[in-house]
Amino acid sequence: MSFVSQFKFLASEKTRDLRHRSVIRTALRSYEVVRDKRKAAFQSWESARQAAAETKWEAINHLDEHLVALTAKLEARGTKVHWASTGAQAREIIAQILRDKKARCIIKSKAMTSEEIHLNDALEKEGFTVVESDLGEFIVQLRHEPPYHIVFPSMHLTRGEIKDLFQKELGDAPSDSPEELTMVARRVMRQKYITADVGFTGGNFAIAETGMISITENEGNARLTAALPKTMITLMGIEKVLPRFSDLALFLPMLATAGAGQPMTCYNTMYSGPRQPGESDGPEEWHVVLLDNRRTELLADAEQRDSLHCIRCGACLNVCPIFRNVGGHTYGTTYSGPVGAVITPHLRGLQEWKHLSNASSLCGACTEACPVKIDLHHHLLQNRRNASAGQPSFFEKLAYMIFGIVANEPAFWSLAKKIGWLTQPLQRAVKGSALDPAKAWTKTRDLPPQPLESFKDWWRNRK
Amino acid sequence: MSEREKILGRIREALKVSAPLPGSHGDTSAVHTAAESPASHAREWLPSVGASEAEQFALFAKNAADLKADFQLFASRDDLKAALTKLRDAEKWSRVASHGGELADLACKALGLPVTITDRGYDVQEMEKCDAGITECDALIAQTGGVVVTSRSAGGRALSVLPPHHVVIARREQLVADLPAAFAMLQQKYADNYPSMISFITGPSRTGDIERILVLGAHGPKKLTVLCF
Repeated sequence: MSFVSQFKFLASEKTRDLRHRSVIRTALRSYEVVRDKRKAAFQSWESARQAAAETKWEAINHLDEHLVALTAKLEARGTKVHWASTGAQAREIIAQILRDKKARCIIKSKAMTSEEIHLNDALEKEGFTVVESDLGEFIVQLRHEPPYHIVFPSMHLTRGEIKDLFQKELGDAPSDSPEELTMVARRVMRQKYITADVGFTGGNFAIAETGMISITENEGNARLTAALPKTMITLMGIEKVLPRFSDLALFLPMLATAGAGQPMTCYNTMYSGPRQPGESDGPEEWHVVLLDNRRTELLADAEQRDSLHCIRCGACLNVCPIFRNVGGHTYGTTYSGPVGAVITPHLRGLQEWKHLSNASSLCGACTEACPVKIDLHHHLLQNRRNASAGQPSFFEKLAYMIFGIVANEPAFWSLAKKIGWLTQPLQRAVKGSALDPAKAWTKTRDLPPQPLESFKDWWRNRK
Repeated sequence: MSEREKILGRIREALKVSAPLPGSHGDTSAVHTAAESPASHAREWLPSVGASEAEQFALFAKNAADLKADFQLFASRDDLKAALTKLRDAEKWSRVASHGGELADLACKALGLPVTITDRGYDVQEMEKCDAGITECDALIAQTGGVVVTSRSAGGRALSVLPPHHVVIARREQLVADLPAAFAMLQQKYADNYPSMISFITGPSRTGDIERILVLGAHGPKKLTVLCF
């Protein structure tokens, strides 16, 4: 099945699924309340957004300089920096580190880049044990499915389903209380931090000025992952840079507010190296893998370059009427929602993924929600334009050609009006059925009735 | 050519075409003046904090309570010691983990319990069994109700997350107004020799991954107590 027919099939399944709808609505309603409260606590959320957008603009439009500065600082303190042009290269770099370390068990904290390059599958095929430590990621890993949402991986599941899952997979589910289920995961994970050979993390921001990688999380799992195993690996997209250490004073509360309606995420931690002389713990080795994976192609598109400003807060997903109805898995992509629809065609091919840019009402809620002011809904339009310029549809071209002839010639236009008026009842009779040539459109939409008197007639006859 | 050079080459090639500044509506002629950081006025936009120390302590206390952290401010170190022993008895601690330092030593002495000290390396399994981790910190932030710890000031990386209860011992003077002040303080204090880990801890460990319902103690501490004098 092609990506587009799969999308259409799953979208129509999910939009009919009332249980799914109620689970997502409940989850997002509480988010909306706290997000609005936190936004209101800012003295000026709008000024903060503009400054965040300009800071990211500065970072992305001088990306080469910032990456050179970042890596020089990281390497000066003993961190090994690797560069990967493709997902395959990143997987091989990581697998080679694990082989060199004769590692068996890897404990992971949440990293969307690792989903992007399908890291877990590749490592498991080589016989490594990979444990996701973030609770939501752990749950979807047990279900052998990708995360539903870039920030809330398991938001599509109810406590009952999670209880059944834990009972089946872990044989341990005392009740369906979220508290007790969380404690089950805590117990499972505790020893894993201590016994794992390698800790794996993603990164939220990379500070060029000081050579640090900042990781944002609520659970403390990334803190433990970066504290206990002897080797640490961090995989991060090259677009994550911020110029200055002090920029975090703005970005950390904004990420927390837009992403989860928190004043600050529970743990925001900046790492600048492996264990340093005189420190009591921490990894002996730290490997940072910088991933391109076609981000430079997105960078080359100056019109949509600002989509690399994305800090992966998920705010645009949460407000998107399409995301809320079709759900995260329907997209079939690592990054879903509006930002996923914008960047996936660049990362994975425009013609195969252009349908995501069409699956939008262009309401602009995403652009409004974005803390770094990415012009998301205009980028969806640009994707549509680029897709049709690259591979125009024969029937569309034909239709516009005929329309052009008819609309330019008053005689044809008035004839078309008469035909339209006469065939109107027929259209109504076959509307949406197999006999209707425009059924894809008319199945779910009404054609407004054509009035007896056109504007032209009215204008001519007016007193 | 190395992958590094290939990637940097692609970036430089891509950046030959300039992109419009945010908010300039596609006008690429608008030039960004990089004289100062766009974020340097963050203080004017972030949530407001009071001007006086009393207001800021009140704000810290309110924010900490919202985060479900326990904050207590004492008039003297003796009061703090008394509160600590009360905590020990209430939670029936039998062993704690801590690190060397004036305030940490004071706390450990007051507790009179066996202590796992992290400074020269430690047994992780032993720390995992400790009832509490007692650390100093670099700052309390009124704006967020959180604390800043580093691998140098707070006994390494694991001490503030592995034990089920994290107790922070702080001095009144360590309170800073807001996040920009906290970053400025860190920059001034550590300049070009940063600890390998700097962590802004804002409340006890939490998750909302099951039906977005708040649960404390996901992987890190279930309790965070800040004792200040």
